Order: sequence, then structure tokens, then C-alpha cells
Amino acid sequence: MKPAPFAYKKARSLDEAIALLGENPDARLLAGGQSLMATLNMRLSAPSLLIDINGIGGLGGIAHKSGAVEIGALARHTDAERSATIAQHAPLIARAMPFIGHPAIRNRGTLGGSIAFADPAAELPACLLALDGEVDAQGPKGKRTIKAGDYFKGLYETALGPQEILTAIRLPAASADTRVGFAELARRHGDYAIVGLAASARADGKGLKDVRLAYFGVGNTPLRAAGSEAALARGDIDGAVAALDLDPHDDIQATGAVKKHLAGVLLRRVAAQLMEQRP
Amino acid sequence: MKITADSPPVLSVLDRPNSYIGRAVPRPNLQRLTQGRGQYISDVTLPRMAHVAYLRSPHAHARIVSIATEAAKKAPGVVAVVTGTELAKVMTPWVGVLTHLKGIKSAPQYPIAVDRACWQGEAVCAVVARTRAQAEDACELIDIVYEELPAVTNPETALDPATPVIHASLGDNLCFERKLDVGEVDKAFANSDAVVEATFVTGRHTGVCTEPRAVVADWNEGEQRMTVYHATQAPHMMQNLFAKHLDLSESQVRVLTKDVGGSFGIKVHTYADEMATVALSKLLKRPVKFVADRIESFVTDIHARDHRIKGKIGVTRDGVITAFEIDDLTGIGPYSVYPRTSGIEANQVVNLTGGPYNCPNYRAQARVVFQNKNVMCQYRAVGHPIAVAVTEGLVELAAAKIGMDPLEIRRRNLFPDDGYPAQTASGLKLEQLSHHEALAHLDTMINYAALRAEQKALRDKGIYRGIGFASFIEVTNPSAAFYGVGGAKITSQDGATVKLDAQGAITIHSGVTEQGQGAEAVLAQCVASSFGVSMDRVRVVTGDTDNTPYGGGTWASRAAGIGGEAAWQAGKALRGNVLAVAGAMLQAKPEELDIRNGVVVDKTTGAERLGLDELARVAYFRPDTLPPGFQAELMVTRHYVPRGWPFAFTNGIQASYLEVDTDTGFVKLLRHWCVEDCGTIINPQLVNEQIRGGVVQGIGAALFEQCLYDERGQMLNGNMADYLVPMAVEMPDIDCGHVVSPTADSELGAKGAGEAGTAGAPACIMNAINDALRPLGAQPLTDMPFTPGKILRALGKV
Amino acid sequence: MSMDIDITLTVNGERVTERVEARKTLVDFVRDDLGLTGSHVGCEHGVCGACTMRVDGVIVRGCLMLAAQCDGATVETIEGLSDSGEVADLQAAFEQRNALQCGYCTPGMLTAAQELLQQAQARNAVPSRDEIREHISGNYCRCTGYHAIVDAVESVAKARAGAKS
Repeated sequence: MKPAPFAYKKARSLDEAIALLGENPDARLLAGGQSLMATLNMRLSAPSLLIDINGIGGLGGIAHKSGAVEIGALARHTDAERSATIAQHAPLIARAMPFIGHPAIRNRGTLGGSIAFADPAAELPACLLALDGEVDAQGPKGKRTIKAGDYFKGLYETALGPQEILTAIRLPAASADTRVGFAELARRHGDYAIVGLAASARADGKGLKDVRLAYFGVGNTPLRAAGSEAALARGDIDGAVAALDLDPHDDIQATGAVKKHLAGVLLRRVAAQLMEQRP
Repeated sequence: MKITADSPPVLSVLDRPNSYIGRAVPRPNLQRLTQGRGQYISDVTLPRMAHVAYLRSPHAHARIVSIATEAAKKAPGVVAVVTGTELAKVMTPWVGVLTHLKGIKSAPQYPIAVDRACWQGEAVCAVVARTRAQAEDACELIDIVYEELPAVTNPETALDPATPVIHASLGDNLCFERKLDVGEVDKAFANSDAVVEATFVTGRHTGVCTEPRAVVADWNEGEQRMTVYHATQAPHMMQNLFAKHLDLSESQVRVLTKDVGGSFGIKVHTYADEMATVALSKLLKRPVKFVADRIESFVTDIHARDHRIKGKIGVTRDGVITAFEIDDLTGIGPYSVYPRTSGIEANQVVNLTGGPYNCPNYRAQARVVFQNKNVMCQYRAVGHPIAVAVTEGLVELAAAKIGMDPLEIRRRNLFPDDGYPAQTASGLKLEQLSHHEALAHLDTMINYAALRAEQKALRDKGIYRGIGFASFIEVTNPSAAFYGVGGAKITSQDGATVKLDAQGAITIHSGVTEQGQGAEAVLAQCVASSFGVSMDRVRVVTGDTDNTPYGGGTWASRAAGIGGEAAWQAGKALRGNVLAVAGAMLQAKPEELDIRNGVVVDKTTGAERLGLDELARVAYFRPDTLPPGFQAELMVTRHYVPRGWPFAFTNGIQASYLEVDTDTGFVKLLRHWCVEDCGTIINPQLVNEQIRGGVVQGIGAALFEQCLYDERGQMLNGNMADYLVPMAVEMPDIDCGHVVSPTADSELGAKGAGEAGTAGAPACIMNAINDALRPLGAQPLTDMPFTPGKILRALGKV
Repeated sequence: MSMDIDITLTVNGERVTERVEARKTLVDFVRDDLGLTGSHVGCEHGVCGACTMRVDGVIVRGCLMLAAQCDGATVETIEGLSDSGEVADLQAAFEQRNALQCGYCTPGMLTAAQELLQQAQARNAVPSRDEIREHISGNYCRCTGYHAIVDAVESVAKARAGAKS
């Protein structure tokens, strides 16, 4: 299938893009396009205008500053994959990256696009939540920062307003006591996972504290597993699995019951990763 | 004779001084494909060519109350909007039945639905426009009022009186039924020490050719001729069908295939939308192109293998199989597919179940019922993967029940290698197979004893690996018994025309077609060898009904065995004719000459006598110098059809080694092996790659692929993100080995090799998974594909 | 705002100026407007990889980019990679190893594999079979079962590493 007709405009600045969004309520932003283009090609979405933000300067880049890793909205997955900054200061992202799509997809797909699209089965939204990161957004009323916990609102629904553009993702930089874990179960490499888990914690003696578990593929948004976090902090892995209060729906790949079981398996595997001493 | 390494030459009686038989010669036509310079039908453009898009029924079953096309007709670029009723005036409907499948019935099918849509995806209106995008735009402007009808979507209840009948004129939803009862089945079960029953399910799946179906039809009103560029496996069959349903003579229809981006049996059928495209070209008097997009491919490319089989096996304590019994139920689409029918698959399941084993007692029932789902028909290894899954699944369950090694139970029951000709309980005639030699070869190849030891050691560490096997037989080189006797105009014979050109090079025109399997290489090898030139002096032309001998094309693993033999004979005949010319020129006896490496030589000494270029120069430009009355004949045609046996059966055995993650239900494939016997091996590399590709298609069926439908007949995963085809990471390396038992029916002795991999792999994977999980007391898994969820359920974890 | 866009780009070394529909994908553009039919359309939703080509030096899905986005870009298709000789050894290996059957996935497969080979060369390494499988995991081949493709890519990786050292 071919896309339904639309107009195309390459925005030269954020202000221009924001203004275009205002003038064209059913316009869509085009960043990496690796999810959007597929929906356009299948005529599942038929916007009147595509606003290409790829030419806007200053939205790329990955930097370590003031205790945080700031990832520009247009940084490509490949940029993150190869970034020494990510490897050193955002190890959870580094762990997640190889699971995302395939090389040609990662060459084009952007981290900002993934967070803005907020696919509940995608890796990066869960990582953002697990790391308690935040996103910068800019709209007609100016800039604001949204905490990950306030950002994911529903199925493909975020706190971004209709005229707001995600400009950057900010993650707390890892410190010596940071522990991260990541695992997912996808039937084929690079596919969306049946269920996945991104986790962060801080070492506390031989135990853990500030455990944050973010599941993906089990609900309308990435989901925290609060009860399990507390149990894991106590070192009680069985308790953590028992406390999983997920209620995933059946989908094409697995029933809710299977997903829930697999969520428990992942919890044990990720817990083991969190307990590992860093090299 | 075995090949243990991957592709070394296999010397045979067919060896001539410059023989290519048995050698891994690279295919001569590959460079254009690696350079992106192939020409697939989707690449074809013609002057004035328009594009068609089909509006398709969103309902599995619905009456078409009205179609409003005015708005679409006014849309930019639109050439025509055509309904089923309108197109029915151009093309007649068809009914997919064969007379040798007794009682099979179906309803007339139109190129575009008339009055009623019978599956989700059936075309209900056509839009022809300047571009495909414009045609799709206009489709959105067509307003169709449907009255939804109850959809028949459960094969188990399709024949219940309470279930609506899809085609009232047929009386019920039964398309075809076959029953067979051979020997003394009840007595044999009663006398068995163990009887095992299991219900097998083979998931409905489809071919997913990388190039979707494509056709460009060009009706020339001035010439009164239809040229169809068609990605098909069987151009002469399609020529007949296009002519028949457009009321033309066959001479008014030319079919060209060009390069075909994968077929696997998907592109050997009559598709309503392709027929409609041809009819639209006739109606509009201009070229019309249709390329199925991937989304419509999933709901229109034939599906296959949607079977539920209740199976039963009896064995004695010492492992002798006493009887097989099966009850097969398969839900096809709302129509039997034309012209090969949707009954052949179940018929093959009945024919092939128990096929490798010397067991005289066999009872089978197969019922084929109509469904409001996409049509089902023959896909690579038709029926084999189902029959092999049932047979081999039962054999390994029986072995487990009596505590016997799975290879040992096979040794005790496989037809003995020295016992041929033989006949299966179902009546299949077997010329010469090599089950035991193949098994012995596999045993060595996989280092079975060591593998078992490793498996045991790992089990003690909580790692669950499985070893599974599947013996199989495969139908190849079909004679007229397959379709011709049933009244279908599908030829089983094939021909090759071989010509010496004016510079002494060879051109072959063959009726078989190239789909990527390497048929053109095989033809070139045969002619180069039997005639006596090097491969680089041979060019092959296929896929053009105007320019090739009448032939069947490529299906049922026939191209090498049948097309190759015709080519071999044509090359030999041309050698005779050329030597006659040489004899005249050299005043020598032709029988004392030979052609080697493109040169006429003295047969005994090998001394060079005459170059073919010089011979051709004289024959074509100075025939006046040849003896009076001598006429050079430098173009020869030979045909071949198997007559000695209805089919040239092949055999083989596969093994799978895999690991099951018992926490997640995920399966990791570690290694796969296949030893097979396709008779004379013309090109070991091509045979091995057919096996490997086929194995992976079978693995897809075992682990990943399934067309999922809901109870309303909606396909739930009709895209490539949700329908999981095998990708590189999850696939294992695959080792191939061979035994060679040539068929005596042809001089070449070659049988087919295209479907053996697909036939055996699903059973093999199933048996390996069950072998892995047996120590954990898991319920045997028999419901494909084996998803993590099913494995976890078998383990009692969910 | 216009539904048609004027673009100027470099395709296989040639400067091209065309007016394209905004909705036209890159792969449809190179096939329909430029006649470069070596890039194939297999799914149009970014899964099969048959349309894999290079834009500004990296592989992309030709169906998941618009032609309109390629104004000013450098696009390389299999025709360009062939004519320049850049992948001649890889093509020869595919031919020798019969790492293609129908050939429909082959241009995309070669283009994807070449990226891995370049990356491997840059770090002076020969990729493992698993790494090869992973790098082509977004390229669907129905014919070969992948084994022969992995063999062919592996042989070129070794040959290139050997030639370099």
C-alpha cells in the first residue's frame, strides 16, 4: 500500500515546527520515521501534513553534564549504541540498545521519537521510567520538563501537548553504586518483546536500595512493579515475584497468563544482574 | 554412494570427458541478480500501463447490497472502476475440481466477487488508475453496503446441521472426503503391546514469498493477443486458463515469467485478482499491472496446512509397528482453488502417512471442509509436513512408550533397502529407496552416541536439550497421475530445444521455469555434459510460452528430474546431428567422433578434429560444400515424461538438536541435519541449498508461523511484524548428506530435491522438543507452532 | 503547502533533480522515477529489508523514508555499489556459495552485509557467524535458510582481513 496524500514541510527551527503544529492540528512530526512511516504506508494514519524536524539544529547530541546524561531528541539509536558517554554514564540504555530493531532501523530511529511515540512494548520508554529520567518539551508556551513518572498517560498517549515537541531526554548519570538490569523475551531478535524489564537500583552494602522495575509489553504504558521493588530491596526475590501485580492482556504472541509468568522469570534474571558486582 | 563433505563432485555413470553432472557449478544467471539487474514482474513497465488496486471485503462473509462508484470514478488519475458483475461479462468463472478426487465439489468463483464476499480479503471492486497510489486513493471513495452473513470458521462444526452452508447449491460444507482401510487394522491394534494416540495440529500458514504476487497483462486489440507478464511457476498452465476464461484460443495468449521472487507453490495457482487483472486489460484494451502488497498478500496468497489429525499407532514390545490410523480434518477457504484443487493436500496426507514404514495395516479418513477464510491450496511439500509430523510423531511417542531408542524403532520398521520395488499400505509404488543407509549415515554424521551423552550430562545440570528425528518420503517427478488424469490441463511432460548457433554456442529453450532453485543451471549442466561443451557456451531460455517447448513448469520437484532429462536427451541428440555434419565435413564416421569441450575430436585418441565454430560456419553459410543431399539439423527438441512410475519417490531422514529454556518455553535451535536421497545429484550445491532453505521453511511452521483467525473470520496477524517468518538469528546451521539411488525411469536418474527439507523439519523439531521435555513429565507437544506459551503449558508452568 | 516537493540529491554518484509527491517513499522514487529497480519492495512496513539501501553512508529501509527527506542526500543503491566495484568480492562470494536463490532479497542483503564488513574492517576484526546473523537479522530471505549467506559473508570477512594484514 501507498500512503494517503499529505503535504510535507521541512521545519528549520523548533519555533517553526511548533507554529506549523498549531496551524495544522492533524499534522504529524517526522523524526526517524521508523514507526510512523509504516503506519502511513498501511494507511492506518493519514495526516494532512508531515513536519520533518530532522533538519532542526541542536536536537542531536549526547552529553554528560551536571550529573545527568542528556540525549537530544534527534540522536539516532546508532549514536547511542556507539556513544562512550552512554556506555559509561547510562549503562541501562547501552544494555537495551542491541535489542531494538535491526541495524537499518537503528541507523534512522531516534531516541526522542521512541519516547514520544511511547509504544508500550518498546524498550526505551521503560528505560526512561526505570531510570526516573525526564523529558524536555517545548511548545507555544515555552519549555518545560516532565518527569518520567508523569509522562506516560495511556496507550500511545503522553503528557506532551498537541503543539509540544520533545526536545531532549535526561537521565541521571550512573554513579559507582548504580546497578542496572535489562532483559526481554522476543521470539525473534529485534522484534517487540512479549515482555521485557528494565531496572535500576543502587547498591546498599550487599543489598539494593532505590530499586525501580519498569516492565514493557504488559500494559498500555511501561509499568512499575512497586511491590516487587520493595521486596527486591529486602533481598527477597521470591517475594518480589509473588508481589508482581501485573495484569497483562492477551495478545497475538502470548496470553496474559504467559506474559505474567515470563515477567516473573525476567524478574529473577534481572535481579541477578542487579546483584552482580560491577567490574 | 554418499557425500559427506558439503559439495564435492559425485562421479556417476553419466560422466563424460567434460561432464558437469555431480559438480557444484555456480549458476550461470546469478550476476544479474547480485547486481540488482534482474527483472521481476514488479519491475515491468509498459507504455500506457495502468495500475489496479482492489477494494477487498472487510467481512469474512457478507452479501454485497450495493456498490457506489461515482466518486471513485471522478478521482484523479482513475481510468476505470469495475465491479464483479461488470467483469463477469469479460471472464467466465471457474470451479476447482479434479475428476480423480472422487466427489470433490466447489462453487463457481469469479475474478471479483459477485453479490457475495466469502472471505475477508476477497476482491469486491477494482480501481484502475495511472498510479497505484491513485488507485488506492480512489478505493477509499467507493461506498459499499454489506449485509454481514454468519461466517463458518470452525472446521470441527462445519458439517453440523446447525452450521450455515456457505454455498447453498452444494448442499453442505464438505468439499472432499476420502476413506481408506487396508489390511486388518482393528486386529493389529488388538494384538499390539502398546497403542499410542495423539491429536496433531499443523497451523495454517503461508508462503510469504519475498516478491509478492505480480502480473502485468497487455491485451493488444490490434493483434487480438494477450501478453501476460506473470510471476508464475507454470506458464503453459496459465496460458490455457487465461485463454479458456477469456474465450480466446491458446495461440492468442503469451505468458512470460521473467525473474520470480520466490514461489514455493504459492505462485502455481489461479488467483482471482490476477485473473481479474488480465480481464481488466482485455476490457480496457491497455496494459494493467497488479502487484499484491504485503497486507493483501496475507489474506489472498494461498494458505496451507490447516489440519487437525487424530493419529493412532500400534507397536509390539520389540518395536514392530502393527498399524497406523488417522482421522484428518482440514478447513480450507470458501472455494477449492483452481485448477489443482484444495483437496490434494488432504489426499496427500492420506497417501503419505506411514510412508517410510513396512506396515500393512492402515486406516485413514480425511475430510476437507469449506470455511469463510482465505483459500488454502498446495504449498511447498504439499501434505508432506503434515503426514510426516503425524507419522514421525507417533513413531517417537511409541518408542518412548516401549522404552526404545527412536533410531532403533525406525531400523526395525523402515522398508528394507534391498526390498524394492515396494508398495506402501496406501498403495504408493516405491522404485528404490535407501532409508537404512540414510539412517546409518545420519547416525554417523551427528555422532549420535556422543550427542546423547552430552544431552544426559547437561540434563544433570538442569539444561534440557532434545534430539529429534524424522524419516520421510517425498513425491517428485510426477507423471500424469497427479493432475492430468483428473482432467486438469497441467502437463507432466516437459521439453527442451537445443540449438547450435552460428558461432558454435548452445541455446536451450526449456518448458520448466526458474524460481531461484537453479533449474537453469541444471539444464545447462545437462546439455553441456551430454552435448560436450563448457558451461560458458550454454545459454538457457525459460518462462515464455511463445519460445519454449510445451511444459509443466516448476512444481512437485519436477524441474531437474523431468526438465533435466529432456535437456540431457536433447543435448545427446544434437551431438549426434553435429557429429553427422562433422563426419560429412571430415569424411569420417560420426560414431568415431565425439564432442569434447566444444571441439569435435577423435573418439578414441581425443585428437582435435574440428572446432564447433568452424562446423557452424560451414553448416549455416557454406552448406553448398557439404555432400549433396545432406541437410544439417542443428536444432533438436526432446521431451520426457516419467512412464515407469507414477512418482519418483525420494527418501531421507532429518535430525534436530535443540535446547528448551524450561523457564520461558523458548526453543534454541543448535544444529540441524538432513540426509536425503534424490537419485543422481546433478549439482550437489543446489541440492544442499534446496534442503537448507526447505528445512528453514519447515522450522518456520514448527516454531513461528501461523495465520491466526478469530471466530468471525478476521485474520489477526496479516503483516510481517505479527506473522513471524524465520530470520537469520534464530536459525541453525544445517548439515547435509546424501545417498544416491538413481531412478531407472530416466537415463539421468535424477529425482527431485526441492521439498525434502520442508517435509521433514516440522516433525523433527517437534520430536526434539518432546525429547527434551520428556524427563520433566511434560505432555507431548503436538500442536504447531510450538510457541513459548504452549511449551509452558505442557510443562504445567502456566 | 505543497503535496509535491522539489528535491536535488546524489544517487549513485549522479546528481538528480526531480519533483516528487510528498508521500512517495524513497524506494518507490528510485524504482519508479529513476528506474533503479535493484531495490525491491517486499513489505512496505519496514520488516523485510528488501529495500535496504544507503543514505548518507548508512543503511536504511527505503520504505521508511520519504524521497522528500532526501533533498541534499547521497543515496546509494545496489546498482551504484555494483558499478563502483565496492561489493564485487561479496557478490562473487554470494554467487560461488549460491547464497541467493530467487535473488529478490539479495540487493538488500548485500547492502546490509557490506555495512557489517566495513564496521568489522574498521575495528580490524572478523565478525563471528552469530554477529553476521545478527547484522542481517532485519533482512528476510525465504529461499536459502540463511546458512549459505552467513558462509558467504564470513568468507569475505576473512578474505578482507587477510588481504589487509
